Amino acid sequence: MHPVIKTVLGRLAMGIATLFVVSIIIFSSIEYLPGDFAKNILGQAATEETTAAFRRELGLDQPAVLRYGQWVAAVVQGDLGTSFSGRNASGVDRSRQVVDLIAPRLRNTLFLASLAAVVAVPLSLLLGISTALYRNSVYDRSVNMTTLTTISFPEFFVAYILILFLASLYPVFPSLANVDAETPLGERFYRAALPALTLTLVIVAHMMRMTRAAIINLLASPYIQMARLSGASPTEVILKHALPNAWAPIATVIAFNLAYLVVGVVVVEVVFVYPGIGQLMVDAVASRDIPVVQGCALIFAMTYIILNLIADIIGILTNPRLLHPK
Amino acid sequence: MKPESDTYSAVGEVGAVHERRSLWTRTIIDLRKAPYTALFGMIIILAYALVAIFAPILAPYGEAQVFPEPYAPWSSTYIFGTDQIGRDIFSRMIFGARNTVGIAVATTFLAFLIGGILGLAAAINRSWLDQLLSRSVDVLMAIPSLIFALVLLSIFGSTVTNLILIIAVLDSTRVFRLTRAVALNVVVMDYVEAARLRGEGLGWIMRREILPNIMPPLIAEFGLRFCFVFLTIAALSFLGVGIQPPTADWGSMVRDNASLIMFAQYDLKAGLTPLLPAAAIALLTVAINFVVDWFLHKTSGLHDE
Repeated sequence: MHPVIKTVLGRLAMGIATLFVVSIIIFSSIEYLPGDFAKNILGQAATEETTAAFRRELGLDQPAVLRYGQWVAAVVQGDLGTSFSGRNASGVDRSRQVVDLIAPRLRNTLFLASLAAVVAVPLSLLLGISTALYRNSVYDRSVNMTTLTTISFPEFFVAYILILFLASLYPVFPSLANVDAETPLGERFYRAALPALTLTLVIVAHMMRMTRAAIINLLASPYIQMARLSGASPTEVILKHALPNAWAPIATVIAFNLAYLVVGVVVVEVVFVYPGIGQLMVDAVASRDIPVVQGCALIFAMTYIILNLIADIIGILTNPRLLHPK
Repeated sequence: MKPESDTYSAVGEVGAVHERRSLWTRTIIDLRKAPYTALFGMIIILAYALVAIFAPILAPYGEAQVFPEPYAPWSSTYIFGTDQIGRDIFSRMIFGARNTVGIAVATTFLAFLIGGILGLAAAINRSWLDQLLSRSVDVLMAIPSLIFALVLLSIFGSTVTNLILIIAVLDSTRVFRLTRAVALNVVVMDYVEAARLRGEGLGWIMRREILPNIMPPLIAEFGLRFCFVFLTIAALSFLGVGIQPPTADWGSMVRDNASLIMFAQYDLKAGLTPLLPAAAIALLTVAINFVVDWFLHKTSGLHDE
């Protein structure tokens, strides 16, 4: 078998194994709840029968391994269980399906994240490559200084600075990004502008610095020295000699930051009251609505693992040494 | 150089040819050579530490002292005004230095204790223990830490102890990876082998042979990890699931006063109020980054590019 295929398959197997263990961790979160949690959810007025019925509905009277199997089977079919909220002591169940809560919000979050990514990825590659090309120039130093400062800022600080200038002092964009299913596309872009801008600023700084570092790291290697001595121009050295070897680290950086984007949306969504999955998760954590927390965590973890997997595979596929084995 | 005993001492031999400077002079020389950004960073860090230590003396009012006037404007009585239930924001900022920074420091120390010891043990053992720890860390790192922290907080509830424990364990994974990676380079050295043949125990090899040789990257990592922990705790508190009121904390202060920002057109000072605690967080992380940058540059021995 070609070594590339072998490595890729090995990596895929690792990814699936990780996903399996992560699903066990997320599933077991319900195991560690304090014993009287059913009473807390149903209210103090709940009778013995209603709490018992509730526990039975969650399947807490069955062994954990069996429940894990059922849970995974349900999740694969798109059933994440029902929310804890909307239940009460009388036993009337007004709770909603977790999937119905998550689905519309997931669409909003993906819209916001992709909006940020479409702007941020090309921009940061451009900045990273150009600063590596003109390193130690005034341009490089000022970009470096700015990005080092932005990295150190908490997301909500960046968000509120943008709100202060672009929504409060000079009301260009709305500070509340409330969209719903009926909002037309143009309006959606307008409302999501500030959250997307915040996310872009935060990840461009990371990606640009890491791209620059990846290229500069390579510039110290002997084969680049060789290319330089044979009379290649600086642009040629970077684009033709350094970049092919830098794709793997750069792909890692991009995937890492897209994965980071998935997490970064949590804070940004809360700041701008954007109806996304991050805000849903925070609300669920505050009210300790475990099924919703599990559903959101599973989606976040899956996205994160898959993005990292893709990065690894790109890294393997673009590695000149693996592609042209001796 | 005072005369040594009759055993051979490398320190004695090297010390004899060049005059040994005291720690103090060496520090002064290093500081004089440090760039302005690093000096600026050190001054800021020192200032934060002083404010945190002397918070009760510096703050004009108590941490949770409530005044009858909520959302008071900036004035000589309330320097930065009061918050939504009438607590003095300036005093809470000062106490926040103690709470937010203190909790972050404790968490980082705990993370280094766990990650460092396990990382060293894994590097020395290099068999089943290493495999077990490395694979578990791989899995823990496969879940974004903020999401993992949120899941754990929803199970165990948001108390300061839980917050410290959860974030320390999650962050110790990165410390573990770094410690293991740098320690692996040192473990193969002859002097470690010699110590092992001499019959020294695991604790001795960790503490006396390996640790002193991997200190610089660990110290730099401590700074960066602290920033990360600090920002995570601030983010969790901002989201309302971290440090709980009435404890003064910068993250939750931003959230509580966020609505004031829309009044910036009418009263710029009021609009700036929610940004103050956020800026306090940002300033400290910038300062630490500056110092770490300089420290890495100084210890790496690389002086071009």
